[in-house]
Amino acid sequence: MSIIPFLGNMSLETIVSSTLSPHMLSAFAGFVLPPGSTSIFNPAGTPAHSIFSLSMLVLSITGGVFVVVGGLLLYALLRYRHRAKDPGSNEEPQQIYGSTQIELSWTVIPILIVVMLFLATARIIFATQDAPKPQNALDVTVVGHQFWWEYRYPKYGVVTANELHIPASDAQTHTPVYLSMISADTDHSFWVPRLAGKTDVIPNRVNTMWIDADAPGLYLGQCAQYCGLEHAKMLLRVYAQTPADFAAWVAHQQQPALEDPSVAEGRAVFEHNACISCHTVRGTVATGTFGPDLTHLASRDTIASGSVPLTRDNLHEFIANPASFKPGVLMPPMHLNDHDLDLVTDYLMTLK
Amino acid sequence: MSDAATIPQNETWTLPSRGIVGMACLITAESAIFLIFVVAYLYYVGKSLTGPTPRQVLDLPIFTSICLLSSSATVHFATSALHRAARGATTLWLAATVLLGAIFLGGTAHEWYHLILYDHLTIQTNLFGTTFYSLVGLHASHVIVGLVLLSLALIFSAKGALTREHTNRLEVIALYWHFVDAVWIVVFTVVYIVGR
Amino acid sequence: MATQTAPLPLTEPSRTPATAVLHEWITTVDHKKIGLMYIGYALLFLVVGGVEAMLMRIQLIRPENHFLSPLVFNQLFTMHGTTMIFFVAMPVLFGFGNYLVPLMIGARDMAFPRLNAFSFWVSAFAGFLLYFSYIGGNGLYGGGGAPDVGWWAYAPLTSKVFSPGHSSDYWTLSILLAGIGSIGTAINIIATVVSMRCRGMTAYRMPLLVWLYAVMSGLVLVAISPLTAAQIMLLLDRYLGSHFFDTQAGGSAVLWMHYFWIFGHPEVYVLILPVFAFMNEIVPVFSRKAIFGYPAMVAASVGIGFVSVSVWAHHMFTVGMTSAGNTFFVLASMVIAVPTGIKIFNWLGTIWGGKVQFRVPMMFSIGFLFQFLIAGLTGIMLAVAPFDWQLNNSYFVVAHFHYVIVGGILFSLFAAFYYWYPKMTGRMMSERLSKWHFWLFLIGFHATFDPMHFVGLDGMVRRTFTYPMDRGWGHLNAVISIGAFIQAIATLVFVYNLLHSYFKGASAGPDPWDAWTLEWSTQSPPPVYNFAVAPTVESRRPLWDLKHPEDPDTPYE
Repeated sequence: MSIIPFLGNMSLETIVSSTLSPHMLSAFAGFVLPPGSTSIFNPAGTPAHSIFSLSMLVLSITGGVFVVVGGLLLYALLRYRHRAKDPGSNEEPQQIYGSTQIELSWTVIPILIVVMLFLATARIIFATQDAPKPQNALDVTVVGHQFWWEYRYPKYGVVTANELHIPASDAQTHTPVYLSMISADTDHSFWVPRLAGKTDVIPNRVNTMWIDADAPGLYLGQCAQYCGLEHAKMLLRVYAQTPADFAAWVAHQQQPALEDPSVAEGRAVFEHNACISCHTVRGTVATGTFGPDLTHLASRDTIASGSVPLTRDNLHEFIANPASFKPGVLMPPMHLNDHDLDLVTDYLMTLK
Repeated sequence: MSDAATIPQNETWTLPSRGIVGMACLITAESAIFLIFVVAYLYYVGKSLTGPTPRQVLDLPIFTSICLLSSSATVHFATSALHRAARGATTLWLAATVLLGAIFLGGTAHEWYHLILYDHLTIQTNLFGTTFYSLVGLHASHVIVGLVLLSLALIFSAKGALTREHTNRLEVIALYWHFVDAVWIVVFTVVYIVGR
Repeated sequence: MATQTAPLPLTEPSRTPATAVLHEWITTVDHKKIGLMYIGYALLFLVVGGVEAMLMRIQLIRPENHFLSPLVFNQLFTMHGTTMIFFVAMPVLFGFGNYLVPLMIGARDMAFPRLNAFSFWVSAFAGFLLYFSYIGGNGLYGGGGAPDVGWWAYAPLTSKVFSPGHSSDYWTLSILLAGIGSIGTAINIIATVVSMRCRGMTAYRMPLLVWLYAVMSGLVLVAISPLTAAQIMLLLDRYLGSHFFDTQAGGSAVLWMHYFWIFGHPEVYVLILPVFAFMNEIVPVFSRKAIFGYPAMVAASVGIGFVSVSVWAHHMFTVGMTSAGNTFFVLASMVIAVPTGIKIFNWLGTIWGGKVQFRVPMMFSIGFLFQFLIAGLTGIMLAVAPFDWQLNNSYFVVAHFHYVIVGGILFSLFAAFYYWYPKMTGRMMSERLSKWHFWLFLIGFHATFDPMHFVGLDGMVRRTFTYPMDRGWGHLNAVISIGAFIQAIATLVFVYNLLHSYFKGASAGPDPWDAWTLEWSTQSPPPVYNFAVAPTVESRRPLWDLKHPEDPDTPYE
């Protein structure tokens, strides 16, 4: 497993970051900001960890440069300020036009710093981008839409939307998830800061990246490339689960839609309206692909791409008028009467 | 202002002609624009989703290219003639330049007529159509501008209004025309040789 | 004893003075008037762009705010960015260049005065065309037609499919025209610098401002043109059905990105080089020492110009380029830090051993030095591609470039205003108001842009009309918004100072700062012909030599 060994080496980044104590910085971040749910200084996955280490090196170098140069500037301004009561204050100071030695020194030293920084950076780039795909990586296809995320698990035959479930790693086993991403319309970007850097999701081009979560939990992010009106509401939710929980989730998602006879009337309303031309509910006549797959809608925590919690009231309002939560969302209002609206909402709430 | 000059007043202080410098700058900017269209052309070679392909529809425009490139020589002769104050020769060489340039344009028009009506290749057809018409068209539009400038010079020369003092200005126009021809060498290579 | 004479007939008796003045300004080809028009135009749009920023900051002052609709917000950040870059920064810098370059080389005017006027009017028209979009275009969702595609206008968001109506066309056409104006001015500046210098002014005796404007103009020639080309392609896509950026037909969205950033990155160097120019003139005068290392400064400026065209894809680290591609752009972006650093060190060397006078132009210059240093360092951080994989498109980037543009460029511009205003108007600006401006602006700037780094590090994405309640970003955003208001007040103080001092300021005389370049040898304001006798120079600081005949510059060059 080539992605782990480089972390085991005593790399410069690791030396610097352990000296500076990431805990200190996370603590600082926690002091200045609330428990950072998306801070890049709170990494929870291998790519995010390696970026964090590198960023510690970079911050220490740039911080050092600032202290030195800023300090010299401050000193010069104070020491050489014009004071009217100084002797000779009316004369011009000695004119000095330059010094080749000094010019050389402050050219060579920055070049050396640049070389060092460049090599450290190049190493992380190659390690992250060119890491060979591990055998046990889980493949997930990500399709970016205006303004929601589609997830497909080819190995399991599962299609879902907006909430990405992945198996979490633990101390013994790394289970990376390999994302192949493409856009169905315009440019997007997949960014979950605690897990990895972002990669853009572009039409007519497949981009790949991998993530692995250190521990089970919910990791938040959002679309990071302006994609139109509702860009701000195209949120990301990644649920890292223990292998057992993940397997259970997959098994459940593989089932066709639950059939609850008590909402048969609602189901009929759904299937006789335009809903089916955009949405899929597996096991029914609804096979549309423009909008999110709704087969297990009620198993999700949120709707409208993570922007509002899934409750009966929210769902009800969303169907009546999607623009109430996301003005300009591409789903049109369905113009159902109140009775049908209630029936459909109840039906959808049973799709666990 | 300063009376104790260390530069003797009889020493000359000559700086380059601002017309030539200005035209050189314009050429730099235009080259950058052409470069972008050339990059698009090369990037999309072979990437069209549908036909027709360059190999299927493009013939080498040898004759018209020779005409255009020769017109660089004729415009050079025209400026030399003006520098010698040989006004008749200037007019003749300018006329030759305009004629050769017009032949080139006519050839392009003929080629496009064929491509559109018989080969059904338009700017909308595929990536080849998009990049071909835009690049060759951009060049052709620069030829048109050059021909307008040269025609004006020709008219003034024919009327006897062009004198030796205008040599620098004619050189500026000639420089533009040389640029247009140089671009054609690049376009020809990219479109008709590399891209096929 | 006065004799009675009949009043002389007016040459144009039918014109009232007001229309005569207007006619003169509209038809002028004088570089000084054109320069002032550029500067006035830019100040107008600075206020407009600032209002756009204020509106956005009100919307973002707390999470899930409903002050603005998403469409209006998206239009605002598009218009704010486009306005500030193309209709504030470019014109004001061209304005100063127009005014100063001929004066500093002892020339009577620019090389092509009519081209100069044309360039100005085309650029001015372009700005009004952009704003006409608010009423002229019919955009998405009936919300008015201003463009809402971001100032980079990424494809395919700008295709007819995703941007119906004409809002994107207003963006494209207005920038296209502004670009033509910029190229015209660049041609003019280079031809002026090469062909119009006074006797004795060899290249190595030119003021550094002249060098930097020449390099900047060269950069304009090669950088604006790619954007012009790309916009022509976009128009062809939108109207003739071509497929340059049409991903459905095999076209590439990334191609637009490359083209845009081949323009976009050199563009920011176009903006910063004149700013370096101002610092190169102002810091020495208020340190009372010659610039340290003139040849190194020339070399660094030219070097920056050349390297700047090779770094563009550091805006595209997240697009999925190969590791080799990413690595190359990391290297190039870090390399450019070396000559930039050299400049900072040379300014330090200029101050060192001098006698620093803390007049207002120098105060703003000091602000520039510290803030540009920080901005450069955050730039180096972003050049580290993996770091950029986290922070691209976050508020960290927004903080970085505003640190450069506001903390660097705008501060330096303020210094330039205070320094050259006496020359342009013959009046001194009010010291008291100037100090209010400086301190208010400094506080407001830091209140806004320092915390902005932290919300970016915490994961806040840019170009979002709101943010979730549960991320804890509300407090910092409130501070950021308040800082914006403070900056607005400071700017109003500045504008008032400009106007008030024009009528009530103390008389300046030709050389209020005891400076050394040729413009300070003429009256304030200069007569229309600039110099009664074409000057001859023998060193870099002609006026220093005149004032200090016992210690001239010539032996040291």
